[in-house]
Amino acid sequence: MNQLEAALRYLNDPLNWTRTNGIVDLLLQHLQISVIAVAVAVAVGVPVGALLGHTGRGGAFTVALSNVSRAVPTLALLTVFAVTPIGFGPTATTIALALFALPPVLTNTYVGFRGVDRDVVEASRAMGMSERQVLLRAELPLAVPLLMTGVRTAAVQVVATATLAALVAGGGLGRIITLGFRQQDYGAVLAGALLVALLAVATELLLALVSWAVTPGPRRLAFGRVRTRQVGAGTVAATP
Amino acid sequence: MLAADAAPNPWFDPSYVTSNWSTILAHLGEHVRLTVAAVLLGASIALPLALLARRSRWLAGPVLGLSTLIYTIPSLAMFAFVAPITGLSATTVLIGLVLYSLVVLVRNFLAGLQSVPADVQEAARGMGYGPVRMFWQVELPLALPSFMAGIRVATVSTVALVTVGVIVGHGGLGQLITGGFNANFYRAQIVTGAVGCVLLALVADLLLAGAERALTPWTRRARA
Repeated sequence: MNQLEAALRYLNDPLNWTRTNGIVDLLLQHLQISVIAVAVAVAVGVPVGALLGHTGRGGAFTVALSNVSRAVPTLALLTVFAVTPIGFGPTATTIALALFALPPVLTNTYVGFRGVDRDVVEASRAMGMSERQVLLRAELPLAVPLLMTGVRTAAVQVVATATLAALVAGGGLGRIITLGFRQQDYGAVLAGALLVALLAVATELLLALVSWAVTPGPRRLAFGRVRTRQVGAGTVAATP
Repeated sequence: MLAADAAPNPWFDPSYVTSNWSTILAHLGEHVRLTVAAVLLGASIALPLALLARRSRWLAGPVLGLSTLIYTIPSLAMFAFVAPITGLSATTVLIGLVLYSLVVLVRNFLAGLQSVPADVQEAARGMGYGPVRMFWQVELPLALPSFMAGIRVATVSTVALVTVGVIVGHGGLGQLITGGFNANFYRAQIVTGAVGCVLLALVADLLLAGAERALTPWTRRARA
């Protein structure tokens, strides 16, 4: 447990936190990349998923998308964008992460909207709601729990995956781990791993709270809820 | 403007594949070995865990909760946690992969076991089946589709996750990806590694789908 002591010593040194490219800098970088990536994925995935679910089209497409996306290694996508003319840096990382966040958001939104009781939709139409109102006032509130599961899965996945950017010269907290490996400093490696794991768990808890807060009607905290969901033949799951 | 853009740096280059065939094959071999070992080990640990979790409800909570926690830990951090113990070896990667595959497998195994209808179990018990025979001849065949679904998902995500093993130098085809990145953004090498990973995942998934079909002939007969 010598290395654990070294890790705690690393974390206990204020200079490691405050210096340039220290923990605070890397954490902010990590969060900035992650927030933008998730925001982009939500901005694209939720409307598209809602429309597909509302019309009932593209079910096979979303399932296929989520299945294929699981087979694509995160590392490959991060690297491929870094060697395009975009160049390696925060932009390439953000694009790659947004692409990775898209399938869980899209598929869960689709399943959420698709799963709304058809009677409810018929009833709201019969009450004279326009298609737009049916979508926003009847289907959306009922789809929110699944939609938020998608966002939560995507967010945790993005925060976790952002660490891999360090393998291809990107920023974020993964830097502490890769640098530690390069310098054979397992204390720093463990310290970095602890920080990254804590950040991922904190993201999960925070998003569980957010989804509890935005879910209308009877609700329960979603801690430890199954993050895999059967969709026909496919399953919507994150890759750590 | 990157230096890489000045010289020709094609995305696909068959000559790279042919002239580096033995290197690619070596990495592919490691990739396959790690995946197979991880899924087999994961399955042999997950099955007893699922059987235990089914037996008592108060064990199911912690087992599932713990596996969700494991899944939340980023892969790079997982390998970093294991590395100080087992060093820069393939074992480090294997331990991380087994832990991740456990999450998917325990869930699916448990779901499969729980999907066995209670009256079928009753009937088997009434016919004098003991717990071992019950498992092999009644529960396993009925839970097999769910088991195989779990194994397929675990295999495909393990193939993708092996690449993160580059952090300890045992990333299978991932070595090509980072190798190409470090060799002045050599695109042909990166794309070979990436496409190889995806193809490997697809082939593994197809093979498992075929195995599932062969193992459950009765579902085919029912559909026909």
